[in-house]
Amino acid sequence: MPALDHLNPIDLPLPLAHWFAAQGWAPHRHQLQMYRATDDALLIAPTGGGKTLAGFLPALAAACCDAMTSGLHTLYVSPLKALTHDIARNLARPVADLELGLRIEDRTGDTGAGQRARQRVDPPHILLTTPESLALMLSYPEASRIFAGLRRVVIDEIHALAESKRGDQLMLALSRLRTLSHGLQVAGLSATVENPARLARLIGGADVIHADPGPAPDIAMLPVTEPPPWSGAGGAYAARDVMQAISDARLALVFINTRAQAELFFQALWAVNDANLPIALHHGSLARDQRRKVEAAMAAGELRAVVATGSLDLGLDWGDVDLVLQIGAPKNIKRLVQRIGRANHRYDTPSRARIVPANRFEVLECVAALQAVEAGELDGDDNAGQGGRDVLCQHLMLLACAGPLDADAVFAEITRVGPYADLSRVEFDACLDFVATGGYALKAYDRWQRLVERDGLWHLRDPRAARDIRMNIGTIVAPERLSVRRGPRGGAPLGEIEESFAASLLPGDTFLIGGQTVRYDRLRDMVVEVTPQPAREPKIAVFNGLKMATSTELSTRVLKLIGDRGAWGALPAHIREWLALQAEISHLPRPGTMTCESFLRAERWYFALYSFAGRNANQTLGLLLTHRMEAADMAPLGFVATDYALLIWSLEPVLDAAALLDAAGLRDGFQEWLAENAVMKRTFRAVATVAGLIQRNLPGQRKSGKQATFSSDILYDTLRKYDPDHLLLQITRAEAMRGLADFGRIEEMLRSRSEIVHSIARHVTPFAAPLLLEAGRIPIRASGSERLLEQEAARMMKEAGLTLNGLGATTEG
Amino acid sequence: MSTYRFQFHGQELVARPSGALYWPAQEALVVADMHLGKSGRIARLGGALLPPFESIATLERLNVDLMDSGARRLICLGDSFDDDTARTELGAAEVQLRALCKRHEVIWVSGNHDPAHRGVLGECVDELQISGLALRHIAGVAPDISGHYHPKLRFMGQRRRAFLLGAAHLILPAFGVYTGGLDHDDPAVRHLVPEGIAIVTGKHAHAIPLSPVLQARQ
Repeated sequence: MPALDHLNPIDLPLPLAHWFAAQGWAPHRHQLQMYRATDDALLIAPTGGGKTLAGFLPALAAACCDAMTSGLHTLYVSPLKALTHDIARNLARPVADLELGLRIEDRTGDTGAGQRARQRVDPPHILLTTPESLALMLSYPEASRIFAGLRRVVIDEIHALAESKRGDQLMLALSRLRTLSHGLQVAGLSATVENPARLARLIGGADVIHADPGPAPDIAMLPVTEPPPWSGAGGAYAARDVMQAISDARLALVFINTRAQAELFFQALWAVNDANLPIALHHGSLARDQRRKVEAAMAAGELRAVVATGSLDLGLDWGDVDLVLQIGAPKNIKRLVQRIGRANHRYDTPSRARIVPANRFEVLECVAALQAVEAGELDGDDNAGQGGRDVLCQHLMLLACAGPLDADAVFAEITRVGPYADLSRVEFDACLDFVATGGYALKAYDRWQRLVERDGLWHLRDPRAARDIRMNIGTIVAPERLSVRRGPRGGAPLGEIEESFAASLLPGDTFLIGGQTVRYDRLRDMVVEVTPQPAREPKIAVFNGLKMATSTELSTRVLKLIGDRGAWGALPAHIREWLALQAEISHLPRPGTMTCESFLRAERWYFALYSFAGRNANQTLGLLLTHRMEAADMAPLGFVATDYALLIWSLEPVLDAAALLDAAGLRDGFQEWLAENAVMKRTFRAVATVAGLIQRNLPGQRKSGKQATFSSDILYDTLRKYDPDHLLLQITRAEAMRGLADFGRIEEMLRSRSEIVHSIARHVTPFAAPLLLEAGRIPIRASGSERLLEQEAARMMKEAGLTLNGLGATTEG
Repeated sequence: MSTYRFQFHGQELVARPSGALYWPAQEALVVADMHLGKSGRIARLGGALLPPFESIATLERLNVDLMDSGARRLICLGDSFDDDTARTELGAAEVQLRALCKRHEVIWVSGNHDPAHRGVLGECVDELQISGLALRHIAGVAPDISGHYHPKLRFMGQRRRAFLLGAAHLILPAFGVYTGGLDHDDPAVRHLVPEGIAIVTGKHAHAIPLSPVLQARQ
């Protein structure tokens, strides 16, 4: 522990200092530095460093000195709802022990309407909230009164918000708070990051305070009794080994990448839980009450392990966790280090984490990641782009809901926060024009007028529109979800599944939710009704998983590892054998070459390219190569890009890989292909939803009348044809390009790696097997899919021919 | 582009990939549910400010079908306008529509969205009887040709606008650009066309049998 010498805890009011002493805690140096900071400050500390408490010291101190006036003093914003509950619980103790007259409340999507209304009239001293709920509060006419006396804003886990639309949204909210309250002080709290100065710029500049990073974490692969399978992501093969590790630990967190995987893995663990240890499941698709129960049981020390997804991922401060188990390769090193910070939050002992690769390819990734951690290499941060202009559009609408807005003042306000510091006035005015009139080239009609300008201020034309606007806020565009309930009417809620998954179910099908197998009975009023059916083998739940990008650094490390037989000593024997098999059936990728292979499987030709160039580059290559394949009548049907490889499937085989990969003329006629692609259409859907062109489908609002809603693709196509320079198309293009590598760089890469090793394999190869299960497939809707549809239609018509006598039909060309 | 030719109660009809129906014996093109002026109606009611191009886009599509099929006559099966006010708010598309009505004989069947657009741009009727077939907005006494439901077919991972052709009814897909749709197995259309074929639209018109199996699976 660092010496505290000149930073004596006596800085704190006596009752608070005594309370610390009574708990056997000495404030850390960085906590006191944060307490004494007079300007905006950013604290970089590992988990367990008492970051959050540091943020609240001023409020606690003021309350100790009876210096607390009525009204809001400290606003705490966290990316996770669960975190706000946790903080409320932690703060309750000192407040109760010291008998402080502090009111602490949270406000999230889960907060009841009554409480929310009361908070607008009579806000608590400390309010714990999320970016979405804060944005909503700012849209109420009472906002200026609620926030006028605000002293301090604490932004927790700010590293998780940076580089995202939620971060943009929060920074815009912050810019408004700075206008509403003078002398506002901001405290940003972040886990270890590569570039703290960039995070500081995000909040518009701040003093950076570094905590002692503590001892290096203890991370290794979990020894397993059986080798992992060639492909798959579930990790079930290692259930017994994981159970053993759990029983050897006090409290273990088991992280797995997707909700469906969490369900399946929990099931596998339960099957080998011979000692009946109390273990639980926690993920974002579970009903709220169920999540709360698990959180409380964990806080009360009643559990030995929790299987969780990202919903628990961000810094929940649960003291007794002494082991983190990661199932499946963590997709980047930074994430791994931040994640295991949770283990053993005693600051001065190393965190312990064990990784369980789900398949053999992931073993390679794990070995490379561990070597990188040992070398002290964090992944580089991506370049901070400009804040999303779609988020700005939403912000302007919310401000207009709160009251008339002054364009000059708002422009000055938002350019004070990092993401919008470089926004030009022209770009700002285009956003305002979109919000006010839709921003179309055709400007003939006064009906297209949401905001009207009077006396230099922009007013909502119809104040009743505020309700709809508020209901559509948020920057996360998620697939539609349906709630799952037991029994016919009003049964217990079990969680949620995606609408597309629900649509694939037939009555009698079984799937896993909340760790139990249930039978699908029917869909009624947007509720999926099910009956528990413990004995049946479930049809696998495929509701969505997050696709995380690995860093380019990690990809390069993996390629080096594969290509260098001298380094194979670091690999388990079964991996060396597996690599040898890949070399025998096809080829092993080597640095400096482009290794690719073709094989036939279930009437589709697959072309796998092992570039190890990162996901963005592979995604771009996928678009460029399918374009060339379409032109060459190979009828591509789709592709999927990972950090290592690109897999394209088509009706005709790639026989000449060198011609396909020839950099010359790769871009000819490409723009049209790109614009038609699913990548662009998906991006447009998200942009148009955030910017408010498409209304979100809200629960209860879409019982029937499906004729009324139409696909966002139609709007995209219409704009492309009639208003190609429209703001939302500009934003869509800019955003899609962020997920793609620069075309010039791709051509350069193809030229520099001109040695192309292509093999036609007899069947699926060891390396290609995991690619076949990869999420994030991009369909190609072109001649191939049309051909398939035609064939299938003809086959079915032939089969049904006899029954369709009365409808004799012919096709004409 | 390929069309699909079929028989319905003794009449030879052609389903076009656009979702329009051509009736050679009548030299008539039949379309349903154009919903012209939809973006304007939504904006007028304080909803989203959708791109105001759908009327122009829909009429351009319609012109292409009229030219390619060589039709002399146009029959619109209702919900041609998104509401009766929309008829007067077409803006730039008004010129297009007038020109079209000068070149072709137009019969407007009224729909639930546009019940009262009487006396404008051609003949307005509640329904028509031609060669033993009724033409109306919502399917009624068989045999008839109608629209209203905006049928779509879910097939091979796609969802496309489709004609539904059964023994009693022929239901047209929506022709308007800004229209969604109802799946072919929705109870509302399934009881009208429990068996028969769907003709999916898109680049080409393809027929696909509506077998009970397909109905249940999708």
